Amino acid sequence: MPEVFPPDSVGLVSPQLFTFDTPLELSCGRNLQNYELMVETYGELNADKNNGVLICHALSGHHHAAGYHSTADTKPGWWDAYIGPGKPIDTRHFFVVSLNNIGGCHGSTGPRTINPETGQLWGKHFPPLRVRDWVTSQAKLADKLGIAQWAAIVGGSLGGMTAMRWALEYPERLRHCVVIASAADLTAQNIAFNELARRAIRSDSDFHDGDYLEHDTIPRSGLALARMIGHVTYLSDALMEERFGRELRSGTFQQGLDAPIEFQVESYLRHQGDRFATDFDANTYLLMTKILDYFDLAREYGGDPIKAFSHALCNFLVVSFSSDWRFAPARSREIVKSLIAADKNVAYAEIQSDMGHDAFLLPNARYEGVFRAYMTRVAKEIDTFTTEEDAL
Amino acid sequence: MLRIDLDILQQWIPVGGRVLDLGCGDGTLMSSLADNRQATGYGLEIDAEQITTCISRGVNVIETDLNLGLGSFQDDSFDTVIMTYSLQVMRRPDQLIDEMLRVGKECIVTFPNFGNIRTRSYLMLRGRMPVTKQLSHQWYDTPNIHFCTVHDFDTLCAEKNIRILHRKVVTERFPDKQLKGLWPNLFGETAIYHLAK
Repeated sequence: MPEVFPPDSVGLVSPQLFTFDTPLELSCGRNLQNYELMVETYGELNADKNNGVLICHALSGHHHAAGYHSTADTKPGWWDAYIGPGKPIDTRHFFVVSLNNIGGCHGSTGPRTINPETGQLWGKHFPPLRVRDWVTSQAKLADKLGIAQWAAIVGGSLGGMTAMRWALEYPERLRHCVVIASAADLTAQNIAFNELARRAIRSDSDFHDGDYLEHDTIPRSGLALARMIGHVTYLSDALMEERFGRELRSGTFQQGLDAPIEFQVESYLRHQGDRFATDFDANTYLLMTKILDYFDLAREYGGDPIKAFSHALCNFLVVSFSSDWRFAPARSREIVKSLIAADKNVAYAEIQSDMGHDAFLLPNARYEGVFRAYMTRVAKEIDTFTTEEDAL
Repeated sequence: MLRIDLDILQQWIPVGGRVLDLGCGDGTLMSSLADNRQATGYGLEIDAEQITTCISRGVNVIETDLNLGLGSFQDDSFDTVIMTYSLQVMRRPDQLIDEMLRVGKECIVTFPNFGNIRTRSYLMLRGRMPVTKQLSHQWYDTPNIHFCTVHDFDTLCAEKNIRILHRKVVTERFPDKQLKGLWPNLFGETAIYHLAK
């Protein structure tokens, strides 16, 4: 649709496939003999290679975070509101790296790619993953790009968990960690919603115990239902009321007529579900929700988040949204509390928003201001480093 | 130029101390303490714009509603907990002072002295709630809901067995500057207390 891209857009972008030939040791004990990562980058890596910003995607995210793949695209990447020239993650200062995580279904090694050992699709046999496996693979990508230390690692939701794991696994490899609408682990309610979604997929007769591709089909209705459940939990009551209310898309309540009635909200959810069923892989969804459920930042530190964060060396920005009930502000405050007890540098903002969990993806003046203020400081540090080195 | 109370209290902050600033505003005090006393720590603030300003200047600001207490902070985890010009806007100043003394080894509290001669005479002569340059709100829209005088605060400290390490009462007016030494509660505009358990 855009013949000319907006001036604050990164414009036309194309993903790149990175191939890794050294085995990736996974936390489940198995190895990926070789693997590929689908990556997009925006902006330029500077000579000192100290302006890299890594974007960690959430549950259903991918590498396409900003810009357009073609002039025919109706929508830009999923975080285009915050990445671009003049935006909080300013591509005039930063070299932004965004990838599809392993286990994903947008080009990186995952259930939809071939297992070189069998010559077959991985499908349901793809090894179970943990967030740390993503972090390890992202560190290998950083090596390949020549980035010894990220200026910042940024993520929302599951992406925020990934960013925090980075801070503990490779403390010397990042200077800032931006954790948005996230948590140190999932609540029982949150795991329950994921299980509903998984059950929806597994109950679809087209699922074929995960071998749907061999049967030349996909569990379309299961995936759609999983997404509809998820979507309801990502929005707030207030937002749904404002956006849909009890408006009808078709039919009427007039007595004496029995034409089918459809609420706007039903139509919206069905559309979201159907689109997701086309774009996303069922095995990936099962895999990713498990990664989310199993994540526990402090597990290996005796369950003590303060002890966990004591390993971090970077500065933190933590952001939450008032109406987010899946990753509620209280969960972010727990992170902040632990960071303070561990004597780490942290700033925390709780953004007023009716947008629920999805708020982290959407435009919001205050969120943008906070994000911009923080990232501007990150950018200034880079300029200082560079100036200091020039002076030597 | 720092506000007078912010300037005076710096001498009581240990060099390299860990500080918590309640109602830190735009982060001026935290920045100044970092520069002058090599202090580290956090500022707590509720105002959205002020929080963004703090982030811009690199102050560790934590969005917090002080009326909900200091639940995010462990006992005795700070050298000094500071609250300047915010006591009077709190729902329960007495409870917040308890919280400050739980979290900090020492506390510094500054507040406008309502016992000042100007507020006293304003009420006495005009029969209306004082509106001064320092306290510029009308009674119905003021965020200041718990005014007190130097005497009141002394009494609260005595009742709670809080030790007053230092007390300074300051004014920038002449001739009040000379007189505040004799009658602090009458001529002091701003009270600065340095407290410990």
